[in-house]
Order: sequence, then C-alpha cells, then structure tokens
Amino acid sequence: MDFLIFKAPMLMVQASLDGILLGILFALIAYGMALQWGVMNIINIAQGDLVILGGYIAYTMYLAGIHPAWGVIVSPIIMFFVGWALYKLVINKVVDRDLFISILATFGIAIVFQQLMNFIFGADVVVAQSEYGTTMLFDNSVTLPNSKIFSAFISVLYAVALVIYMKKSKLGRAIRATAQNARAAKILGVDTEKVYAATFGINAALCGIAGALISITLTLHPYVGLPYTVRSFMIVIVAGLGNLPAVALSGMGLGLFEEFADYILGTEFRIGAVFMLLVFILVYRRFKLSKKREYLK
Amino acid sequence: MNKLVKLFITSISAITLALVSFSSSFAKVEGDYIVLGSAISLTGKYSSNGVHTQNGYNMAVDRINKMGGVEVQGKKYKFEIIYYDDESNPKRAAQLAERLIKQDGVHYMLGPYSSGLTKAIAPVTEKYKIPMVEANGASRSLFTKGYKYLFAVLSPANQYLEVAIDLAVEKNGGKGVKIAQAFEQDAFSQDVRLGILDAAKRTGSEIIIDDKLPKELNDMAATLAKVKATKPDVLVVSGHTKGALTAIRQISEMKVDVPMLAMTHCDAAKLSKQHGKKSEYALCASQWHKNLSYKDKFFGSGKKYAKDFQKEFGYDPPYQSAESSAALLVFKDAFERANSFDRDAVRDALVDTEMQTFYGNIKFGPGGQNVAKPMILFQVRCKGDDCENRVVAPTKWASDKFYHPIPKWSERS
Repeated sequence: MDFLIFKAPMLMVQASLDGILLGILFALIAYGMALQWGVMNIINIAQGDLVILGGYIAYTMYLAGIHPAWGVIVSPIIMFFVGWALYKLVINKVVDRDLFISILATFGIAIVFQQLMNFIFGADVVVAQSEYGTTMLFDNSVTLPNSKIFSAFISVLYAVALVIYMKKSKLGRAIRATAQNARAAKILGVDTEKVYAATFGINAALCGIAGALISITLTLHPYVGLPYTVRSFMIVIVAGLGNLPAVALSGMGLGLFEEFADYILGTEFRIGAVFMLLVFILVYRRFKLSKKREYLK
Repeated sequence: MNKLVKLFITSISAITLALVSFSSSFAKVEGDYIVLGSAISLTGKYSSNGVHTQNGYNMAVDRINKMGGVEVQGKKYKFEIIYYDDESNPKRAAQLAERLIKQDGVHYMLGPYSSGLTKAIAPVTEKYKIPMVEANGASRSLFTKGYKYLFAVLSPANQYLEVAIDLAVEKNGGKGVKIAQAFEQDAFSQDVRLGILDAAKRTGSEIIIDDKLPKELNDMAATLAKVKATKPDVLVVSGHTKGALTAIRQISEMKVDVPMLAMTHCDAAKLSKQHGKKSEYALCASQWHKNLSYKDKFFGSGKKYAKDFQKEFGYDPPYQSAESSAALLVFKDAFERANSFDRDAVRDALVDTEMQTFYGNIKFGPGGQNVAKPMILFQVRCKGDDCENRVVAPTKWASDKFYHPIPKWSERS
C-alpha cells in the first residue's frame, strides 16, 4: 500500500486525467464489441488482434513516411473490408450457433492473426512517432501527452458519428432492428446476412481506429492483443450491450480505477485489481438478480 | 490366414527397417561431422532474437569449418547443427530437446533463445547428461540449481545493471543514491532487480520506488508520475524490449527529469533508431559491444566480426549473435582439449575452459555461468538525428565519457 497519491494532489489530477484519456480509447474498442455482441451474439476473442492489426496499418504508413495519425482514416477503411471478409469466411458459419462455438472460432482467428502479423511485421516491439509534444498543466506538475489527448478526441468523434449513423441511416436502423429481433427483421425485409457482415465490418473498423491511436500512444507487438480483448469484454460486461453512454462511462471508470489501483496497490496489482472488480460486479449482479427472482415467486 | 502371415511379415520387416535407420542416426559424430543440436525460436514472440541466435551459430560453424574444423585424435572434424523451431514455447522446447537427444542421437547441445526456454531445456539435457553450451539464458536461477552439464558464455542477469548503481554512487561523491526502479515480473527482469538490491545494500543507497510491471505492460505513466514527484537520482527500468520502448516514449512525453536512466534491452529494441533523439543519454546494459578489444584467431576482433556479420546477414550484429558465435568457439576448444567424443570428457574439458574470444573472456564458475567477463554499459548519444551507442563503462573499454547528469527536458532541443 502506498498513499503517496493522497499526499500530492497533483498526482491525483495526473492519475485521473491519464485514466480518463486511456479509458475513452478502451471504450471505443468496447463499443465495437458491444455492437457485434448485441447484434450477432458473438463474443469476439480476436477483438484485440484486430486492434493490433489496425495499429500495424498505421505503423506501415509511418514507415512509408506518412504521418501515422492519418491511420485513423486509412486503417478503418482497410479494416472494414478485413472484417467483412472475415465474416464471409468464418463468422457466418457460427453466427447462429451457441456462444461457445463462436468463442472457439474467434479464438482460432486470433491465433491465425497473431502468427500472420508476426510473419509479416516481425516479432519486434514497434512504435510510431506522432511528434505531437506535451501539454503542461499546473506549472509543469501535470503532463499530458498530446497524442493521448488526440486519441481521446478522435475516439469521441468517431463514437458520436457512429451513434448518429446508427440512428439516422438505413443500415443503422437495419442493424438496430436485427439486434432487437433478427427473425422479425428478416420477415420485414431486412437482409440480415448483409447486416451481420456490415456489423462485423464496422466493429473491425472501430478496432482499426483504436489500433492507429495505440500505435502513436502505446506500443505494438503481434502478441499484445489479448489484454485489449479482456478490457473491452470487461467494459461491456459492466455497461451492458447496445448502450453507448454506459460503455463510455464504464470505460472511463475502468481507466480511472486502474490508475488509482496502480498508485495505491502498486503496479503489479493493476490488472489484478481490474479482475477483482469484475468478480465483484458479477457477484453483485447475481445477488441483485436472485433477489428479484424471489419477488417473482 | 495367409493374408495375416503376410501382414505380420510386412510389419515386422517395417519395424526392423525403422529400427535400423533409427540406430544408424544414433551417432554423435557422423563421418567427418560433429553433430550439435539446438531448439530455437524461429517463429513466435522470440523469433527475431531466435534468428539472431541462429545466425550467430551459423556464422561460427562456417568460420570454424573453413579454418580447418575441430581436431580430435589427429582427425579433422566439421561442425553441423540440427535445428528445430520451438515456436517460442517452453513446453515445445523441452519436447524438442528430448527429440534431439533420443531420436536424432545428438550428444552435444547449443542453447535456445531466452532464459525461460533455457530453463525448460536444462532439466532435459541434465537428465541425459548432455553438455549444453548456451548463450542466451542469463537468469540467475539457471546457475543455482547445481546443473553439471550447463555452461553459459554470458554474464548472469543480476550483473546487468549493478555497474550503473556503482556509477551513480561514484558521481554522487561516493555517497548512497536514491533509486527508483520498475521491473517486469519475469525471471530475467527480477534477477536484474536482485542485482540492484545487492548493489543498493552495498553502497548504502535507498530504493524509494520499487514497481513491478505486469507482463502485459503497455503503460507506465503511474510509475513515471511517482518518479516525477519523488525525484530519485537514478531510474532503473527492465522489461525487455517493450519496457525499454514504453519507458522512453512516456519519459519523453511526460518530461520526466532524472539525472540518470539505466535500462536493459536497448539494442534489441533498436531504441536509438525507433525513438531517435528522445532516447539520448539512456544508459544501457549489454553483454558485448563491437568496440571492445577482445581478440581471437577465428573472428579477429569485435569490429571485424561486426563487419563480416554485416556482409553475411545484412545487419549489424546484436550481442545475441555475438555470444551465440562464442558458444561454438567454446565447444571447439573443449573438444580439442578433451581429445575425445566421450560426453563426460567433453564436459570436464568445458569445466576447465579458460579462453579469450572476440566476445570476451570465458571461464565457467561452479554454477556454469561465465565469471570472466564483465557487463558493459553504453550510453545513447546523438549527433543531430543520428544516434548511436557508445561504451562508457567499465572505464577500461570506455570509448566515451559518461554524460551525467542528463540535461532537463526544458533544456533539450
């Protein structure tokens, strides 16, 4: 236990801002997961690997001399088609089956993606440089990398755009209808096959954006996808499906919780604390549910 | 019935044939070749360093074979290596070691890449009493298990950054310093940490931050914010290439000012190339540097080795390649001194090894670790956007003066 953070208020500000900025980025990944989980009832274990692949697209641009920030436009376009192709090749065969089959299938995809990325980009850890500099607050005692601010801003931008798109566009309405009741949507003339493919593509595109942002804020490596999957899974569990404000809030909350756990319990318990929180939330939910059931009796 | 008899005869002859071919490969020395075996990471997360290791082995095999090979009992032999890809997976590595020994009949092994995989293989080679010279497993725990057939040409992990603490104390006028440290939770990094703890105790230094980084580390902002608030004299970070790259990225972004920054895995991470000027003044532990003045008759000097390696493989040799090449020189020397292919004779000869290679002096301690070669420290220095690693310690080989303290970020252009 270390209570340094309570003695230095500036550390508190620093931790909060770091946590929120990172949380927004995680929320973007989680939103993609919630979307396709809600629509297709698929838990995508390969989510994190899609993120990393998106990151490598931005990194490749960086190597070619293009500023990696353009990755937030190029990467989702490429990743949309990757997602679409993935749906046509694998996911459409498991979409109606039970959850376990889809977990196995996406787990397989994750392994294939990891090996492919290792084969193409090598096993080295890489970073792309944005050269965005740093914002100093409170007489230089709180520092915020501009790349993190940029990534949070872009995440919010895309999330808002997506919400509007889902509300206003024809495809968006079709996606929402399919999520509510796939059979009814089909009867009413929605091409659910196309909706599924588009949903998976949109999810992959969101991962692409997040990946491009991660390439300039954190590090890339073919095998670091899993933590992103786990985090987004957790955010979705807490927030529930198909509720963007809740996903955003739970993302930020998780980011904050992680940072504070890091300061108080120590870095080694950072991930452990998040898992503890997950267990706590699951138990609490069960407890609440069981109470309700008693009433029903 | 007739059919059954036929089937019986066919299967018997098939088994016999298989056994014959099996036993014919049961030779440690085939014709003019001494066969060595190695499980190595050609795919998976260690694949880049695995390839560096393999290139190092191959380069030495070529060179030794070209220069006359190994002379045992008046006859010249050549080296040959059987490789298997262990997929960076310890379980697979142990299986492959068994396969090399039991099926391929290998009697002498070369190590894999990384401490973790060496740890997986060592019990196997020990069980079958197969001498293994390894060049890429530095974890201290490898040398405290009482292994009799394990020999490492490299310095153990706890020595990696001890020198850095000594250097900091020296710069502080012999007084103890305040140390902040962050280490990944794996065998290697934790061994480096133990070395720092020893050095701190010895020099009367105080450890004010002692963070353990998670394996899936990608963010150390919290550690660095604490460093900013507590102002230590030295910041020590070890978390493989990911740790080195993350640290430099976030130190530069958060403008963390520390007088001294010491790390591991800088050259594996290609720190000076990936981060350029931001990595300037970082102090890095290394097993080897091409500018050291060690010599041998096969590769000449470190500089010559680097040149030849560059010509053959198209890139500057990282220390992982150099130490791997040195492992072959050790084997050659041991075979010639043993003047026999008896495993125990070779093992005894390895115990008595005392030689100089282009990579450094080699003499094995009781645990099998190399006790004759100190670690070196280099510092990243830049001219414009061009950065390179310059040796600053120990003083005997220093090509440049150690720059201390690191200028503040506000003063750096």
